[in-house]
Order: sequence, then structure tokens, then C-alpha cells
Amino acid sequence: MRVYIIRRLLLMIPTVFLVSLLIFFMIRLVPGSVIDLMIASQLESGGGPADRAALEHGLGLDVPVLVQYGRWIGVVPQAEGNFSGLFQGDFGISLWSRNPVIEEIAARWPVTFELGLMALIVAQLIALPVGVFSALRQDTWGDYIGRSFAIGCIAIPGFWVGTMIIVFPSIWWGYMPPIMLIPFTEDPIGNLKMFIVPAIVLGMAMSGLTMRMTRTMMLEVLRQDYIRTAWAKGLRERVVVIRHALKNALIPVITIVGTQSAVLVGGTIIIEEIFCLPGMGRLIIGAITDRDYTIVSAVMVFFAIVMVLINLMVDLTYGFLDPRVHYK
Amino acid sequence: MADSSSGRVAERKRHSPLVDSLIRLVKEKPLGTVGGIITLLLLLAGIFADFLAPYGINETHLADTLAPPSIKFWLGTDSLGRDLFSRVIFGARISVIVGLSASIIATIISTVVGGLSGYIGGKFDLIVQRFVDVWMCLPSLVFLLVLISMIGPGLPQVIFAMGLRWGVGGSRIIRSAVIAIKENVYVEAAKAIGCPTHWILIRHILPNIMAPLITLFSIRVPNAILTEATLSFLGFGIPPPAPSWGGMLSGEGRTYMFLAPWIVIWPGLALSTVVYGVNMFGDAVRDLLDPRMRGGIGRYGVRAEKKKFWGESGGKR
Repeated sequence: MRVYIIRRLLLMIPTVFLVSLLIFFMIRLVPGSVIDLMIASQLESGGGPADRAALEHGLGLDVPVLVQYGRWIGVVPQAEGNFSGLFQGDFGISLWSRNPVIEEIAARWPVTFELGLMALIVAQLIALPVGVFSALRQDTWGDYIGRSFAIGCIAIPGFWVGTMIIVFPSIWWGYMPPIMLIPFTEDPIGNLKMFIVPAIVLGMAMSGLTMRMTRTMMLEVLRQDYIRTAWAKGLRERVVVIRHALKNALIPVITIVGTQSAVLVGGTIIIEEIFCLPGMGRLIIGAITDRDYTIVSAVMVFFAIVMVLINLMVDLTYGFLDPRVHYK
Repeated sequence: MADSSSGRVAERKRHSPLVDSLIRLVKEKPLGTVGGIITLLLLLAGIFADFLAPYGINETHLADTLAPPSIKFWLGTDSLGRDLFSRVIFGARISVIVGLSASIIATIISTVVGGLSGYIGGKFDLIVQRFVDVWMCLPSLVFLLVLISMIGPGLPQVIFAMGLRWGVGGSRIIRSAVIAIKENVYVEAAKAIGCPTHWILIRHILPNIMAPLITLFSIRVPNAILTEATLSFLGFGIPPPAPSWGGMLSGEGRTYMFLAPWIVIWPGLALSTVVYGVNMFGDAVRDLLDPRMRGGIGRYGVRAEKKKFWGESGGKR
């Protein structure tokens, strides 16, 4: 198992390398360079060719793109002669704020992580019971309502629900969700209160697919011989359903939950935008708009690493749930 | 039991396959039927938007800005006095265009990439699959945002970006289907009698991957509609004043939503209903087309199965 994990982590390196290559060049193909934007935003300093060259030099954008890339991943020495790049664990420096990108990410990631984790929990709390119920009452009205609810969760866009949640309480009761972020360490209850509504909105959107997968798998598993055996042994319904059926049905469901975490990253962007949460989503949208090449590239590499790790965790969960799985 | 099923077959023979499928849809999939009706309404609204909309999309009524829903303006007006009903109807047209064309492009790309990768195999497959790996480990929405800022916002760009992203993503499924099919004896036979590769691909492989293709396509359509709205909402999709449902929820709509909540209600409601309907319809069509779902489990066989399961009627297995 340890060999398996190490091998998977090593396989991550070429993937992350290709991601960095792809995104580094893609973001530079975005029309309107960061230099243009900076000059436009500082009109008083003029936009002469000298300023431009100085700015480019200061940001390290005056060398060929390949060299820039080499510097960023840490195989070509920086202007100062030292190596500091991805290989050295340095994500680079933001072009606008001049802060190390890793600090920007460290400031934003906890928000996204908390929102994502809470949404994931909410999604499972909704999806598993409804999915199991739908399967047990297949083709009854209860099942239809459950399935409609599942598709409803997929269909109703989070940004609309979020907007409605902001608009109507404020019109009816004059209630506004808090705008400032409350750190968990200062006020845990206030922090959770702030995150719970966005997490429910996001979690509901996520729960749809999981719910449908749970239902399908439960239907399949409930027809297996070992379930018949369990009934024949005279086990109670609860034991049959939860211990014998659900545990086996969960294996493919875990895969869906894993792939959902990818959707989650997209989902958090929108929810963060609506509820004004300062997370990764707002960081990357701002960076794309500002053409902050370093932040966009670094955040994408960061996302890629997170996704690869999530996939690894999903694969490891199989072994936990299904003793037949062996890692080679 | 035997009588009733043969009676069913005889009854079915009188209709053409299409009518037969329709009858099955209505009989067996009530939710799918509702979805089908919604899908049909969406298509009609999109096609006949010019006739249905009482006002033009950018026709402003300055005397009636932010007017609540009334007889004159069924769904109210926005901050520029534009009729929301007309804009929602024209939004349907954008959704139809985006939903269909992005899904078609994605399916074609999936077929070509997945088909070639699976059929040729070897080194080519390995390289293509590493590329797909990389492509897939970037979060979809973020990747689309970068892609669209690269090629600029607009309807064709959004369609192209979504088609490219999902096309490469879906190629995995097609690839595994092709790998399974190419081992069949009839492909071997076709090779033996000297069929050219493109002939084998088109005449022997393609018809056999129609099931996953249809599944992929039907999943893409509602997804494309939703994603276009999301992109437009974030300001990376179809720029205003085009009446995209997502775009109507952002910008002007967000500024005035506390004064005139109807600006943000209707586009979102239309979007939700349509995505819901298309999803339901797609599901039902998939079930009807999937041979494994025909007869037995999943249809009327279920109840009998359950009885056996509970041991109420000890039927033979």
C-alpha cells in the first residue's frame, strides 16, 4: 500500500508539470497584457516606452516566455541568479500586489476549504438518506418525489438560489448576510453561521448526482444473493439496508463524490462571488481579469495538485470499504 | 403473463418505432413526459421567439422602468424599461443554440479523439490519454474562464470553449467503448477482407458506440445551458445586452434586485425549469434506448422482482 501511494505521488509530477506548461502559456495568450492594464491603471505616471520597459523589467516579463516559464518552475535562474520556482516549492510573486502567491493562497484557501467541506457534508446528509429511500420505494410516489428533488438540485443553479436567499430575507425582514469574513478562531459560532447558508446552497447542488448514484447502486445491490441471505437469516430491515446493502452500494458513490469535488471547486467560485466570501474563487477571477499571470498559473497548479490528491484519497477509500481491493 | 406480453407485442407492431417510443415514454416515465413537454416548449420558444415576444429585446420604455409585473408587461421591466417577458423568451433562443451546438461539438470531439485513441492504441493512445489527464485535472469552470478570456466573450466563443472542454473530457468514455468493440470478431473479419480503416471506423465501430454517444449528448445539453448561464453570470459568457438568462441575473439585475426582485426571479426560474425538464427528458430517453432497461428489471419487472425478493410469490429465478 505504501508503495502504491508513493507510485501515485510520483505519477503526479508529470501531470502537474504538463498542467503548469499548459496554463502558463494559455494565460499569456489572453489578449490585453498585464503591462497594458498597469499602465492604464496608473495614468498619471504616463505610458511612454521607457516606463513600459522598466515595468516589464521589474516584473521579469522582458525575457522570452520560455525563460519566464523556466524561472517560474525553477530550472532557470531568476534575474538575481538564484533558483526559486515550483521545484523549490516557490509559487512565485503576484504581479500586482508583489506578495508571494503562496501567501495569497494561504489566506484564501481556508475559506474555500471550509465552504467545500461543509458543502460536501451537507450533500451527503441529503443525498444518502433520500437515495436509499428512493431505492427502497422504487416507482412509488415517494421515489418520484425523491428523484424530482435530485434533478431539481442539479437543475436549479446555485447562483440563482443564492441570489434569492440574499434578496427575499432582505426585502421581507431587512436581513442581510454578513459581508465581512468572521474568522473561525475568533468566533466559531459566528463563522459557522456565516458559512452554513452558502454551504447548504452548494451542498444541495452537489447532492443531486450522488443521490441518483446511491439510488441506482442500491437498486442493484438489493437484488444480490447476499441480501436475500441476509433477509433469510431474519435480520432486521435496518441492518440489511445499512450494513449489507448500503456499504456495498457506496463504492461507486464514493467515485462520484470524488469527481464532485472537482465540480465543487467551480461551485465555490460562484457561491463565493454571491456571498462575498474571500476564497480561491474570487482570487482567481480577480487574477484572470487583472492578467496576474503568476497567480492564475500558481492557483491552477494548486488546484491540479488538490484534484490529484483527492483522486488518490478516493482510490484509497475503496480499499477501506471493499476488502477485495488490493493495491499493486 | 405470457399472454399479456404477447398481446403487448402485437399491440406495439401497429405503430412506427417513434410513436411506440412516445407511447412508452408517456406510459412508463411520467417525469420524463413532463420533461419532454418542457423541452418542447423551450424549443418552440426559441424558434418562434420573434413571434412570441410582445416587445423587442432592447426596446426600452423609459416611462416604465422597473415596472412590476402587469398586463402591459407580463413579467415586469428592468432598469432600462425593457420588457422581461420578451427577454426571457429570447433567452430561450440563446439556451437552445448553446445547448444543442455545444453538445454537438463536444460529442463530435469526443468521438474523434476517443475513437482514434481507442482504435489506434499503443503509443498514440498513451500520449493522447496523458493529455486528457492533464486536461481533466483542471477544474472545469476555472478552465473555461481561462479559455474564454483567451478567446474573448461571445456566443460562438462560449460554445466553442464548452465543446472543447467537454469533448476532450467525454473522449474517455468513447475510448473505453471503442476498445471493447474493436476486439469483436466482426471487426477482425472486416480487417481480414481488407476493409480500409476509415470504413471499419465508420461502418463497424460508430454504429456500436451510438448508445454512449447519445448518453453523453443528452447529459451535455442541460449542462451546457446551465454552464452558459453560469459563465454569463460571472461576466465571462455572452456580453450584455444579449438576453442570456445568466447575464440577466448579474450586472444590472444585481444592482436593482432589492428594488425590483422580478428582474432576478424570472430568468432564474426559466433556467431552472428548462434544465430540470431537459434533464428529466434526457434520462427517460436514455432509459428507453438502453436495451438493458427494456423489459425485466427497471420496468414492469420490478414489482415481480420485489415479490420474489420478499418471498411472497415464490417465482422461479
